[in-house]
Amino acid sequence: MTENLLRISDLAVKFRGVPDGALAVKGIDLAIGRGEVVAIVGESGSGKSVTAKSIMRLVEFMGAEIVRGRAMLSEGPGVETDLLALGEARMQAVRGDRVAMIFQEPMTSLNPVLTIGQQLCEVVVKHRKASKAEAGKIALSALEQVRIPEPVRRLKQYPHELSGGMRQRVMIAMAILCKPDLLIADEPTTALDVTVQAEILALLKAIQRETGMAILLITHDMGVVAEIADKVVVMLRGEVVESGDVHAIFNAPQHEYTRRLLDAAPKLSNRLECGPLSVVETPTPPPGHAVNPEIVLSVRNLVTRFAVRQGMFQRVVANVHAVEDVSFDLREKETLSLVGESGCGKSTTGKSIMRLARPNGGEVLLQGRNLEGVGASEMTQMRKRIQMVFQDPYASLNPRMSIEQIVAEPLRIHRLGTSSEIRDRVFSLLDRVGLTRAQASLYPHQFSGGQRQRICIARALALNPKVIIADEPVSALDVSIQGQILDLLAEIQEEFAISILFISHDMAVVERVSDRIAVMYLGEIIEIGPRDAVLGSPAHPYTQRLLAAVPIVHPDQRRSRVIGARELKSPIRPPGYRHETPPLKVVGFEHYARIA
Amino acid sequence: MLGYTLRRVAGTIPVLFMVSLLIFALVQFAPGDPVDMLVSDEATEEVRLAIRSAWGLDQPVYVQYLTFLKNAVMGDFGQSFRYREPVMDLILQRLPASLELAIYSTLLAVGIGLPLGVWAASRPNSFIDTIGSIGGFFGISLPNFWLGILLILLFAGTFNLLPSGGRETWGLNVERVTGFLTIDSIIAGRWDALWDALRHLALPVVVLGTNMTGIIMQITRASVLENLQEDYVMTARAKGMSGRVVLWRHAFRNALIAVITIIGLEFGTLISGAIIVETVFAWPGIGYLLLQGISFRDFPLITGLVLVYTTMFVLINLAIDMIYTVVDPRIRLG
Repeated sequence: MTENLLRISDLAVKFRGVPDGALAVKGIDLAIGRGEVVAIVGESGSGKSVTAKSIMRLVEFMGAEIVRGRAMLSEGPGVETDLLALGEARMQAVRGDRVAMIFQEPMTSLNPVLTIGQQLCEVVVKHRKASKAEAGKIALSALEQVRIPEPVRRLKQYPHELSGGMRQRVMIAMAILCKPDLLIADEPTTALDVTVQAEILALLKAIQRETGMAILLITHDMGVVAEIADKVVVMLRGEVVESGDVHAIFNAPQHEYTRRLLDAAPKLSNRLECGPLSVVETPTPPPGHAVNPEIVLSVRNLVTRFAVRQGMFQRVVANVHAVEDVSFDLREKETLSLVGESGCGKSTTGKSIMRLARPNGGEVLLQGRNLEGVGASEMTQMRKRIQMVFQDPYASLNPRMSIEQIVAEPLRIHRLGTSSEIRDRVFSLLDRVGLTRAQASLYPHQFSGGQRQRICIARALALNPKVIIADEPVSALDVSIQGQILDLLAEIQEEFAISILFISHDMAVVERVSDRIAVMYLGEIIEIGPRDAVLGSPAHPYTQRLLAAVPIVHPDQRRSRVIGARELKSPIRPPGYRHETPPLKVVGFEHYARIA
Repeated sequence: MLGYTLRRVAGTIPVLFMVSLLIFALVQFAPGDPVDMLVSDEATEEVRLAIRSAWGLDQPVYVQYLTFLKNAVMGDFGQSFRYREPVMDLILQRLPASLELAIYSTLLAVGIGLPLGVWAASRPNSFIDTIGSIGGFFGISLPNFWLGILLILLFAGTFNLLPSGGRETWGLNVERVTGFLTIDSIIAGRWDALWDALRHLALPVVVLGTNMTGIIMQITRASVLENLQEDYVMTARAKGMSGRVVLWRHAFRNALIAVITIIGLEFGTLISGAIIVETVFAWPGIGYLLLQGISFRDFPLITGLVLVYTTMFVLINLAIDMIYTVVDPRIRLG
């Protein structure tokens, strides 16, 4: 039994302006031992983040108040301080010194107008009363501890000069400057790419081992929990529904909600065995393979570049090679996933097909018709056949239009039917995606994220498309909602014979929905093939690295690894640059990879 | 940075060209004959013709424009009809008076509006915030000719504390170096003249600055409040920074970016908007000059002044863009 570092009892928090009964956190208990990693797991609205910010007494700046409860922080044997009873001045001495915090969004959590050095040093100056020079030394050693390359240079840089992963490392460095006893990490990897997430988690574990601090981890991701936590607290609607040892929770979840969370948790089946690669000369289809289904959408050598201009005459000094020589076929009723990390060009590929970004070269053939060079009116006709569903269901619906107007809009634009016919069609579409007719007159803000994505799907279906390009359609949703939306997509695909180009960074979601997978890296498809082949025997080293970074499903699978920060490779090339990569080589049945 | 500056300066050329064309056309289509302004009513037709040809008004329109353009490029806007002096000289004589007024008004507005805005934002919905907002609203809404006349009545009339108009008391004769009376007095070591200049500046500066004070206060308040909601402010609080550090070092520095934009825009309108205030206070600036030029259909003067205004606007915008790069490291010009 480890000594308790922090004991929270009967913590209740309420947002100002809501009725007295409606608490965001409803009297929870929680204990964190010295050097322990405790994870609070829950979906949006569970109160997990509010709990974390209550310990730091930051909720008071967010329009919330702590109604009751205690948070006893150990000051040594037998001496405890109630954080919830401290005045603001004494609380400031605790924050950043004994208890530190890192946040979800490394892109916005650092002050854009101050250098990394300034932001690090002010913490040391405040809590250690150190001189500027001493503070600089401590800041530098913290940057070294978070394994940032070229730490001396980073001190003088501004946040926008660093990648997301680097910024999160800076945030961690900032948090460990004063060697806190407790680090609160609020969704520290949610906004990061999967390979960067693996780096940051490994780093947190390493620092936790080195310094012996305790970590309170707030997350919605069971995979992250499996990677790092000792103890788990599951929260639902402001209450703790289950807590215990991580192995116990994973092996024998007691509460029904915990079981649902574990079931819904995206997990990659354990198909990954990076065995020796065999290049197959004459690949044969596996038994039971359907032959030659119709090709609906064909992309040939698509190239999209964005010019980087500079200087007196705005010469093009470089090009961002967002999409480089991308070719693939999408067959009838097939789901092809484009996977890759942010900046790999997967979204630009989707936009280039839709002509929302202007491609520099290549062809897009829709049911055999070349979209290149068609006139505006014909393009409008062709657009009916391809529809898009976007990532952010909050931003992609016009807030001033009712649901009926939103779903009817494409029908009106294309003048399909009288208003009563359109109305009937809207109602049947809403029925199909699981919304009621009574909801047709409501506005987007009256719906949850999952319901909004249903509305987006209904809108995409309105024109009876052959192809739907779904750009990260479930990334903004809670895991339990994700499953429902993916099921809906599968149903409509079957029912309306739709081919789906599924763009995603989430390997687990991709595994669930795909027939085939194309992996993109620096604008190119570096591997493409049937789902089981790509996930089971990835041929390209990048695919292997991507898969290895996916969080584990069970704490028993933990492996120790420390991954240093990598400079991100960028697809910015000088003008006239000729990109030399190995051609796609056959590595299995319909399975190709760019390997030498 | 240098390349960017040059490009921006070069970019002003087509703007100025378009403005010159526009203002020239406007003046051409304006009703009335400028010759009427140059001769007495009893002048014979011969005299009128002679005047017309002497001023080049008998030339085809495009010749007039090209002549004007050629001279304007050399800094020569021609002779003022009314003053019978080169327009450029007239403008240069009066420009410092307008600039002095605008600069002091801006200093006043920034000096009062900025701290009040931050103060109000640090205590949203408090008493000071409410009072500040109401005050700011008044500042924005008060018409400045009305405020000017009111203050003249009060301070120059009833209390007899300040002069009611003009820039200096007759006969002080401070040597002109910069054209800014306050600075020239200091250079000459004439403290009586400095005091006199400041007394003359007081009322017009207050009147001209009131509106801008209100606007800067409201913008500062809104911008600081918005930045206090940002993630990095939460980070700063989580680091244990005090409320004062969070407010000034973190939120305010970021809020400043929006405020600087407004200061730049407002400074531009102060120079042109000073027309009314300069008239009310008989301030010998270019606003007053423009008003007289318009009432006398003094086309060369109007054209010259409008081009000067345009150039100043363009330069102010350029200066603001340069200041951005200092305040916001994310902005790299090039």
